[in-house]
Amino acid sequence: MGGFVTLFQQAVAFGTIIMFGAVGEIITEKSGNLNLGVPGIMYLGGISSLLGAFFYENSTDNPIPIVCVLIAAVCAFLASALGGLIFSFLTITLRANQNVTGLTLTIFGSGVANFFGGSLNQLSGGVGQLRVPATSDAFRAQLPGLSNIGGDIGKLFFQYGWLAYVAILVAILAQVYLSRTRTGLNLRAVGENPATADAAGANVTLYKYLATCIGAGISGLGGLYYVMDFTQGKWANDGTIESLGWLAVALVIFTTWRPKNAIWGSYLFGLLYWVYMYIVGISRASQELFKMLPYVVTIVVLIIISLRKKRENQPPEALGLPYFREDR
Amino acid sequence: MDNNIAVSMRHITKAFGTKVVANKDVSMDIHRGEILALLGENGSGKTTLMNMLSGIYHQDSGQIFVDGQEVHITSPKDAYDLGIGMIHQHFKLVDVFTATENVALGMDKSAAKNNKEIAKGITEICEKYGFDVDPKKKVYNMTVSQKQTLEIVKTLYRGADILILDEPTAVLTPQETDKLFAVLRNMKADGKSIIIITHKLHEVLAISDRVSILRKGEYIGTVETKDATVQSLTEMMVGQKVELDIERPETENKELRLTISHLSCLDKYGVKALDDVSLEAYGGEILGIAGISGSGQKQLLEAIAGLQAAEDGGSIVYIDPETGKKEELIGKSVTQIKKMGVALSFVPEDRLGMGLVGSMGMTDNMMLRSYKKGHSIFADRKAPRELALKVKEELEVVTPGIQTPVRKLSGGNVQKVLVGREIAAEPTVLMAAYAVRGLDINTSYTIYHLLNEEKKKGTAVIYVGEDLDVLLALCDRIAVLCDGKLNGVVDGRTATKEEVGELMTNLKEKEATA
Repeated sequence: MGGFVTLFQQAVAFGTIIMFGAVGEIITEKSGNLNLGVPGIMYLGGISSLLGAFFYENSTDNPIPIVCVLIAAVCAFLASALGGLIFSFLTITLRANQNVTGLTLTIFGSGVANFFGGSLNQLSGGVGQLRVPATSDAFRAQLPGLSNIGGDIGKLFFQYGWLAYVAILVAILAQVYLSRTRTGLNLRAVGENPATADAAGANVTLYKYLATCIGAGISGLGGLYYVMDFTQGKWANDGTIESLGWLAVALVIFTTWRPKNAIWGSYLFGLLYWVYMYIVGISRASQELFKMLPYVVTIVVLIIISLRKKRENQPPEALGLPYFREDR
Repeated sequence: MDNNIAVSMRHITKAFGTKVVANKDVSMDIHRGEILALLGENGSGKTTLMNMLSGIYHQDSGQIFVDGQEVHITSPKDAYDLGIGMIHQHFKLVDVFTATENVALGMDKSAAKNNKEIAKGITEICEKYGFDVDPKKKVYNMTVSQKQTLEIVKTLYRGADILILDEPTAVLTPQETDKLFAVLRNMKADGKSIIIITHKLHEVLAISDRVSILRKGEYIGTVETKDATVQSLTEMMVGQKVELDIERPETENKELRLTISHLSCLDKYGVKALDDVSLEAYGGEILGIAGISGSGQKQLLEAIAGLQAAEDGGSIVYIDPETGKKEELIGKSVTQIKKMGVALSFVPEDRLGMGLVGSMGMTDNMMLRSYKKGHSIFADRKAPRELALKVKEELEVVTPGIQTPVRKLSGGNVQKVLVGREIAAEPTVLMAAYAVRGLDINTSYTIYHLLNEEKKKGTAVIYVGEDLDVLLALCDRIAVLCDGKLNGVVDGRTATKEEVGELMTNLKEKEATA
């Protein structure tokens, strides 16, 4: 049981990162924009929160936790949304190819983040010396009251930093927004059939811009969680964020574009990713094979969906296609 | 200004790029409570003009007045706010949404209602005008006619007083068309203005009060329908006298080209689509295939072309006109059959769906037929380019250039490219299905003429058509399919429309001798 509890905890921490990434990307893709820049956006979110927190903590002797949280979160969201804005401008206004733009954004985000991450490390006196303890502590604070619940139940469900619960809340809100609200209906229509949404009077360009920027902002919170909670306020230039970003993209497909499925799907991905730690006598090379499991599951899900032929499980019909009203 | 005028368009001009002028100085009025037919050949700018009313396009110059006030319609929403709604040829519906969700789409927050109220509103509109819509049904489960009904209901729900219908009958059966016309008359009686874009002349005469005619983007004039005839409208549309009789040249050299015996095919759901059909086709003859749509026409042609698997026991024998050699086509690949000279030009509902690549120009589309010829690893572009120029010239394809992607061409022109290419391959058997679907009268006659030319050359032409008048005027023999079975072959010269219609709908009992 103890082994499972640790595995589960790891899975939840891991899953929270990709849940943010996937929920943001679902909102983006529902507008018909296939933004493959998720890894880059998560990089941007991570490094911006770190930059903001670092300069705030260095400017004062007594950092106030709530200010730390606000600065880091706002920096992460805005920087990621800016990444979304770059993507939107290139693909919606200039009608550049979405796949190429997205991949470029990934490279761009990773470059920017590692450049500033390196600089920060140097500022603080070398690799490993970078610390934002106050901010990191504030983010890792657990839910008051509930975290005292003892036993395995407490360990399984209540011993996480509060951002893990925010992720679930965001996923639920995104689900309600998409399936219950009028603007959510319009957004889905934009992604399915922009010409129809346009003819019905929805502002296609505005919907696409907003969904992509807000979606990117939410994805970027994954980077925030990674830096502040998962690695506890350090910058590691090891490419983990990038592989997490791709997992988030895979998770979008796994969820069949439904945020509610991202909640359990992300934890499942976490379990599958870490399960190799708990298999005895496994070689290093085989570990890497086990890390493939989330992708294998995604492919299996794709095959099942394709066999069931249910229209509701298909990607938004206009995903990846530019829209121009006077096009014939 | 006259109080009876709902919309007035003045000196409207619209160009795409620098070369294509879609509308040039068009001025016309739409009255309240009338059905106005907008008539014109393919590419004469009917749809473009109406798209400016509905906010899809914006005019380069000119003014639009609604109820006497000048308006600037810059988006579909503006059009809705003015009470103008358009039912497009390609439906503007989201497939994975229910009927209710489609109606709710894009509505103002001020008009925000929950789905239940909207569903109730839909039912009310349906009762008022005699529609039939299930608010909970998903669009992808609907038939074409149901989708169209939903489009109209959606437009009415949003308060449209002026409805524009772009070729609404192109995809409907005659019964569905009658139903549509009945509700259009109900709506007219309710004081709505209706503009119907079409080029089916008998429908214009049946439904409209007035007819406005466009030709090559210019406004020609408006006439009262009661003063118009098919002949007079055609002349206004085309600008010259048109011979409305289809010729049927007599040929001497008829020889057996195809023998089909006991052919049965299954459709994609495993249901028998073609049941024990035996038929012959002769060179120098046009064999017409009649039948209600979906009676097995598609399977018959595709089986001959090698695209459709045949059930055991059937056979299709091809007799080579030069050597007289007999060859069995079943079991041969599409390429082998093509090499023998059997050509299929099939025009599906979606004209780009089969045979042409939308994003490629005419030259490249010609190459699709010939890329396997030649000995060098490099493709020969010269011959296809010449062929493209020839097709453009002879069939009067309206395009800025032979390199322009064919999807940018109007529907009729796309069809000319397709048929032109198939004929250029000098087939010995030419199968044309729905070759004039959606084409205006002038272009249709060009196609009939082409088929007759092929017949004179000794080609066996198989023509699947929808219009019985045309089948009877063009074909030497007509095979009538009913429910996948061959229900009789009649002589095109002596058969009557009623006779063929009867064969299409009522399956004859097989004689007991069989």
